[in-house]
Amino acid sequence: MTDVTHLSKPVAFPQSRTCPYHPPAAYDPLRADRPLARVTLYDGRPVWLVSGHAAARSLLADPRLSSDRNRPGFPMTTARFAALRRDRRPILLGVDDPEHHVQRRMLVPSFTLKRAAELRPRIRRVVDERLDAMIEQGPPAELVGAFALPVPSMVICELLGVPYADHEFFEEQSRRLLRGRTAEEMEDARDRFMEYIEELVDRKQKERGTGVLDDLVHEQLASGALDRTEVALLALILLVAGHETTANMISLGTFTLLRHPERLAELRSDPSLVPAAVDELLRLLSIADGMLRVATEDIEVDGTVIRAGDGVVFGTSVINRDEDVYAEPDSLDWHRPARHHVAFGFGIHQCLGQNLARAELEIALPALFERLPGLRLAVPAEDIPFKDGETIQGMLELPVTW
Amino acid sequence: MRLHIDIDKDVCIGAGQCALTAPEVFTQDDDGFSTLVPGREDGGGDPLVREAARACPVGAIAVAEE
Repeated sequence: MTDVTHLSKPVAFPQSRTCPYHPPAAYDPLRADRPLARVTLYDGRPVWLVSGHAAARSLLADPRLSSDRNRPGFPMTTARFAALRRDRRPILLGVDDPEHHVQRRMLVPSFTLKRAAELRPRIRRVVDERLDAMIEQGPPAELVGAFALPVPSMVICELLGVPYADHEFFEEQSRRLLRGRTAEEMEDARDRFMEYIEELVDRKQKERGTGVLDDLVHEQLASGALDRTEVALLALILLVAGHETTANMISLGTFTLLRHPERLAELRSDPSLVPAAVDELLRLLSIADGMLRVATEDIEVDGTVIRAGDGVVFGTSVINRDEDVYAEPDSLDWHRPARHHVAFGFGIHQCLGQNLARAELEIALPALFERLPGLRLAVPAEDIPFKDGETIQGMLELPVTW
Repeated sequence: MRLHIDIDKDVCIGAGQCALTAPEVFTQDDDGFSTLVPGREDGGGDPLVREAARACPVGAIAVAEE
């Protein structure tokens, strides 16, 4: 590594937030060291943290940074993630082009803007059904379980062709897969999940339904473009990514809006602000706070050289608060253009489901505040538990009343 | 101002960010790939065309003045 003496002392990464919608104060030196900072991982290994917005956009689109987690030097953020068995070839977000491009193209038609627009009435119905149930049973309610998780879970099930009746099973396996305490627990969750989806694939081979998984089975599997394991892995990724991420944005987005009553009042009085508000929340909350890559060649960034084999972490919350791009980056302000944030990533792996996610958030958040005008936290904000820094950020529980 | 807009369909990953940013000019075909709205091939004077090109995560859109 070249001269890094101008940089601050390496900061441990990741760390847990103290306020769920702000990066930890310990990341402040990373925000000062732009565009590249140094961090140390759980095992003491030093890696680069990309902190500048322009550098992030350029590096996330750079083919010299690999997403292949089986490659030597790929950064591991926790001991249990590092200990995971790597006996399966990664797929989609774990592979590089040209392999990735072929897989992505198979899925793109199901995740276009047009497809998301077609799903809006159905999303609205799912949202209304959940709110009807909350109103019938409450107040109070626990918003993660009653609304934030079931809405995206039902939507992704319908889109994929996975029976929602099985949601308790796959939500539990998702939780264990993403936040299991040990590598063994994560592996067990993955094995059970794969077994479940492979069984579903077999059923769909006999009887074709209307979901994305049905299309994969009857097109890509039937033609030999993908094998059974690959189809199941793709379905697993789409199912997990499709409900966990949006659920976190709904719970954390609601909490954040409730903590900014003036902003919330403005949003309620002018629904035309909703799309900008959703993008501003995506920027501010940066729930996927740490995207991982390994350099396959030397890469020069503003006079500093990232060497082949170096680990690279994209600090999403730091990048999305680059003060050269966003004025007063710590404030929630949808009058600023939040455009070009990297909450969905950038480059070839930019979130496949972002159009669907925007549609869900643009419907779920306003509907919640419209149907429950008196919505407020049921306990002091400081008492509400949220997720630790090692996983996707969001609320663990959100007790509300109205 | 008339623009020349070039979309590299071999690079496009169908993220739809161009069509989200400048829907008067960009749309997605049935396969999800970026394409120009018929009649707007020259950008139709839309000030958001360059913003749409910048929103593309893979740099598949090139914009030049004619």
